[in-house]
Amino acid sequence: MKEAAYRNSAGGLIDRDRPLKFYFDNVSYQGFAGDTLASALIANGVHLTGRGFKYHRPRGIYTSGTEEPNALVELREDARREPNTRATLIELYDGLSAMSQNRWPSLAFDILSVNNLLSPFLPAGFYYKTFMWPKQFWEKMYEPFIRRAAGLGRAANKPDPDRYERATLHCDVLVVGAGPAGLVAALAAARSGARVVLAEQDHRVGGHLLSTSTTLDSKSAESWSDDIRTEIEAFEDARLLTRTTVFGYYDHNILAAVERLADHLPVPGAHGARQKLWRIHASRVILACGAFERPLVFGNNDLPGIMLTSAARTYAMRYAARPGSRAVIFTNNSSGYDALADLAAGGVNIVAVIDPRSDIDSQSIAQAEAVGARILNRAVILGARGHLHVRGVDVDAAGVRERIDCDLLCVSGGWNPDVHLHSQTGTRPVWSPDIAGFIPAESRQRELSIGGAAGQFDLANALITARQRGLDAARECGFMSSAFDLPDVAKGSSAYSIEPLWRVAGYHGKALVDMQNDVKETDIGLSAREGYKSVEHLKRYTTLGMATDQGKLSNVNGLGILADELGFSIESVGTTTFRPPVLPVAIGVFAGSSRGQHFSPTRYTPMHDWAVRHGAKFVEAGQWLRPRYYPRDGEDMLAASCRETLATRNSVGLCDVSTLGKIDVQGADAPEFLNRLHSNGFARLPVGKARYGLMLREDGLVLDDGTTTRLAEHHYFMTTTTAEAAAVMAHMEYYHQAIWPQLDVQYCSVTEQWASMAIAGPNSRAVLQKVLTRIDLSNEAFPFLAATEFNLGNFRARLFRISFSGELAYELNVPAGYGESLWQALMNAGKEFGITAYGTEALGIMRIEKGHIAGPEVNGQTTAGDIGLGSMLSSKKEFIGRPLAAREALVDSAREQLVGIRCNDSSMRLYAGAHLVEPDKAAVIENDLGHVTSVTYSPMLKTWIALALLKGGTTNIGKTLKAVNPLMKHEVNVEVVSSQFFDPENTRLHV
Amino acid sequence: MRINCPLCGERASDEFSYLGDATPGRPPSGASLKEWHDYVYLRDNPRGPHHEYWHHVGGCRAWLVIHRDTFTHEIFDVGLACDIEESVG
Ligand SMILES: [Zn+2]
Repeated sequence: MKEAAYRNSAGGLIDRDRPLKFYFDNVSYQGFAGDTLASALIANGVHLTGRGFKYHRPRGIYTSGTEEPNALVELREDARREPNTRATLIELYDGLSAMSQNRWPSLAFDILSVNNLLSPFLPAGFYYKTFMWPKQFWEKMYEPFIRRAAGLGRAANKPDPDRYERATLHCDVLVVGAGPAGLVAALAAARSGARVVLAEQDHRVGGHLLSTSTTLDSKSAESWSDDIRTEIEAFEDARLLTRTTVFGYYDHNILAAVERLADHLPVPGAHGARQKLWRIHASRVILACGAFERPLVFGNNDLPGIMLTSAARTYAMRYAARPGSRAVIFTNNSSGYDALADLAAGGVNIVAVIDPRSDIDSQSIAQAEAVGARILNRAVILGARGHLHVRGVDVDAAGVRERIDCDLLCVSGGWNPDVHLHSQTGTRPVWSPDIAGFIPAESRQRELSIGGAAGQFDLANALITARQRGLDAARECGFMSSAFDLPDVAKGSSAYSIEPLWRVAGYHGKALVDMQNDVKETDIGLSAREGYKSVEHLKRYTTLGMATDQGKLSNVNGLGILADELGFSIESVGTTTFRPPVLPVAIGVFAGSSRGQHFSPTRYTPMHDWAVRHGAKFVEAGQWLRPRYYPRDGEDMLAASCRETLATRNSVGLCDVSTLGKIDVQGADAPEFLNRLHSNGFARLPVGKARYGLMLREDGLVLDDGTTTRLAEHHYFMTTTTAEAAAVMAHMEYYHQAIWPQLDVQYCSVTEQWASMAIAGPNSRAVLQKVLTRIDLSNEAFPFLAATEFNLGNFRARLFRISFSGELAYELNVPAGYGESLWQALMNAGKEFGITAYGTEALGIMRIEKGHIAGPEVNGQTTAGDIGLGSMLSSKKEFIGRPLAAREALVDSAREQLVGIRCNDSSMRLYAGAHLVEPDKAAVIENDLGHVTSVTYSPMLKTWIALALLKGGTTNIGKTLKAVNPLMKHEVNVEVVSSQFFDPENTRLHV
Repeated sequence: MRINCPLCGERASDEFSYLGDATPGRPPSGASLKEWHDYVYLRDNPRGPHHEYWHHVGGCRAWLVIHRDTFTHEIFDVGLACDIEESVG
């Protein structure tokens, strides 16, 4: 590791007491705390950082900020490897390791730079034209080639080990950008007492002032900025977010920002998040995002050693890193001259200023003379010379050609206000001839821009406006304050003046407009000649502005050239649409903590802990975890669930059914409401009775089924399936509120309030009677579909005689907190009968054996008739779905309808999803007769059985068909039977 | 977006779920199959002002009728569906 040869011994906002070692392409270098990766590379004389996207031309650090098109690197390693990271934004930390991208085998020698020679074959629209070549050429040659060549880094291929967070902020005034204008506006609003959020991308405040020797009230830029920062941070209702990029502007003044909490560290601290996504709700927004300097388009303008003038100034002043020793400045505006003194103070010898304008103001001339630089006016650079670094420029000054040697070329084509966020509000920026740039238009949101972002480049005036806008924004939110004194700004610069220059005529070599996507000046002309004249077409055809920098540097030059080609004015060409995000944002921060198990909440039933203690295996049912089976030593799922089924059918079983949706319905019109919701009658359901109910959607298809019990005259208790609980609740709310608000009915979800357990089997009554000693459970006193509510100890309980298994069965509901103790009481009482806990698998076996429908049959496409419930459509009343359920196609007897199927060869199994065809027909769509919905091995029938939806339904009973599952490469002959496989007369139910 | 629920005040739009066009009225008893078909299946999707059903599903559970510009997302008015239906009759 050697000393940084291009580091000045004094000056800059770096901490020379904290040297940091870092690696670029596995070579070690030294930087200091306060450096970015880019500034540290420049201090070490490293400019070459990447290769162009298409032509693999060598590229260097071009900017000092977010708009960087070239210096994109892979940062970090392994699972934390992050491609396309801007070296200009990476804060240096000790041990940092970055790799250049898009080069092979090495940066200085790149085989694919032959593309540079092949470039006549890689014109604009190359990718689109290539699609028209023979398909096999594309797949075998061009796509792999382009993918390899496209480079742009490799994403990590392991799970991201870091944590991310999401949070919301509400404020009166959000100020985006803590440059001088943003600081003053935020201070004005904060002094008024408004809730202020000030978001700054950098880790320190001051913006572009930090790159200059500007003094304010005789203070340096950084101490003036830091003083305001201190004052703002002292306000209780003001908040400064540094390292925070506001990247999205959404409707109703909601903005999104990403705060990089730990990107400046090797790894995040223990339990710390790496990044945080902020959603900011702001009453007023002030955009103080500054402006981007514009490149100039001339020959070989992408050589390393060529950079924006503002970037060179930043490296020299803020980082004390000399970007070169002998510089030429190419500028068409006065700001290029403003940088001269600072560059010279930073140790850069400026030999010439090349200016295409004929008249240059006296202040600018004085600035050039002060640093001993020649001015060549009416002059342009035709081309830069050099291979891996600029060595000189060919100048045309009013027709006189001259070559000037240099190792740094600073360009300034003017300034583009950063209108990205403003444009996201849904408006288009407008052209300002004064600054030759797009400035914010009237906003569609409560937002306005100040400072450079508004095209206001004069510091003193920008501060006056910023103060006023800050006070105005606070006042609009109800906070009053008066103006305060602004600092004296040392006047040294002239009023901003510019003559646009979109491209140099007669340049030699390639002239790049979009360096990140390798769009050349000639591509724009080609695009216009081929008919892509709209700016949106130009963008897509040439890919101008479509890279990760979204055309921050290139767009306006591209528009200017297109306008030239078409003979239009630039304002009539217009701009493309700006979309979020302003900067690429890691997917991880959008996910936040919603990863893996934290993606959505997990719901546990009241008896969950008991099931865990008894070794249950669980299944996810939506957010619920349900016991699936309770294996005993060595049992697999099938063995366990068959044992649980046999134990239930032969004696007694207990099942946790707490996940069923439960809705309490009350009110004078509750009977009427339920009657309209259900296809079957509910108006005359007696108190103390339960009834199986079916609900349709308005289109006549089945919504859900469940049991509803009348507990009292105006009090009902309704259950839904686990899956449809939320949908049924919303459905009821919609019909009650939006269609029948006059009905006097109230209802509430009570799913979480009740623990529910089903006790089933011939001995269920005996077990239950031991626990419910005061209730007469005899068949005469408490027959099938009876229901009652009673006191059990010190709480209310409900008992329903309903059955999903086809056995004598009850469902007991107790308040959730008593669930586990009731469950345990039943298990204890049932010990003498060998009571067995059963899970959803056994539940499924028994319901299929009984032909009861569930989710696979109520699939959103089935009618009541399809699933054997046609008789539940009342003809005596109106109900939701009745009119459209009568449509011809929905009552067609050839529809796929519910049947049972069974394997007569008990050694063969069935698969859900298998399609049914005639045994001698091919398994193709034309021969499809339906499909298998639910399958199980039946321990009672001792073979595989299934429910299926089959064309013509039960008219096929007795037929042999073939069940084909191509995914499992499986087919088997099956017999069509009734869906009621077991105890079709329900003799076991009514005992 | 932010939606000003008449019961809860101004809330972020992700507390709400969207149903769609609130203009069609549910056909009366005895309506023809065609009227029912049109009610269930035919929906306007205008670019501009529109009356829509929203459900404050993560809040008070009220169904709302929101008069909103689908292009600018400007919200002109938010009412409870039950009030609006009652005034319609
Ligand atoms: Zn609400």
